[in-house]
Amino acid sequence: MSSQPTETQAPTRRRKPRPAGTLYRGDITGLWSWVLHRITGVAIFFFLLVHILDTALVRISPAAYDAVIGTYKTPIMGLGEVALVGAIAYHAFNGLRIILVDFWQWGTTHQRLLSWIVIALWVITMAGFVPRHLISVFTGQ
Amino acid sequence: MSVTIENPRSPYTRPRVGGLNIEKWGWIYMRVSGVVLVVLIFGHLFVNLMLGTGVHQIDFAFVGGKWSDPFWQWWDTIMLWLAMIHGANGMRTIVNDYVRKVQVARVLKVALFASAAILIILGTLVAFTFDPCPAGAPADLVASFCPVS
Repeated sequence: MSSQPTETQAPTRRRKPRPAGTLYRGDITGLWSWVLHRITGVAIFFFLLVHILDTALVRISPAAYDAVIGTYKTPIMGLGEVALVGAIAYHAFNGLRIILVDFWQWGTTHQRLLSWIVIALWVITMAGFVPRHLISVFTGQ
Repeated sequence: MSVTIENPRSPYTRPRVGGLNIEKWGWIYMRVSGVVLVVLIFGHLFVNLMLGTGVHQIDFAFVGGKWSDPFWQWWDTIMLWLAMIHGANGMRTIVNDYVRKVQVARVLKVALFASAAILIILGTLVAFTFDPCPAGAPADLVASFCPVS
């Protein structure tokens, strides 16, 4: 290893130009709406399991039900309810979009527009719910 | 002897194997139940969290008031059945997509089916055997229409 090869150095590799428009990276109308639909669906499913059980406490006693449902009125759970309603509203509006895309030719050719309508409806729903709910949770009435 | 030749431009049709296409009906169920659930759940959330005093109104007396009316008993029971089956079927799709081991997938799907069945039966029994005025309950915890004992 005395003689250093000087000419065998790797040439600086030129970055290949990206193939334009052939690599699917996902956008809001496709991949991300699908991912969000799954995540919100799983979250809602596990809440549903808990919610059926906590409601079943009405068959135990009024005090047992009130004690558990009382935890839904704390600030941390109040924020959790905002997340829950956000997940439900997204899953609902995006599910309706999927149905329109499946059954309606106009929906299939206007997927991008429909996705923005989903986001707009979600923002409107949350604008109606979040202030009303958080004021109720944090002022205690 | 004449031979009937199929129209070469006719679209490929998959040969029918069984009678009932369960996956097709699952696909349809997700869409039909989804539309109904949007109405039922948005109504549920609006009545419980937006009207009145919102989340603070929810207690035993509130449930007693709602479930002394068959309208809300049926509303909540239909919501329970549709949502639980919709959710369990969606989870089944996710298991099919991500769980590669056949045995693990089978165990998960049995668990999904069992939890859905148990919670549907439990919830239906609770909604229809519910007594808004249980004997001996403190008057300040039950609905105002309950007779003072």
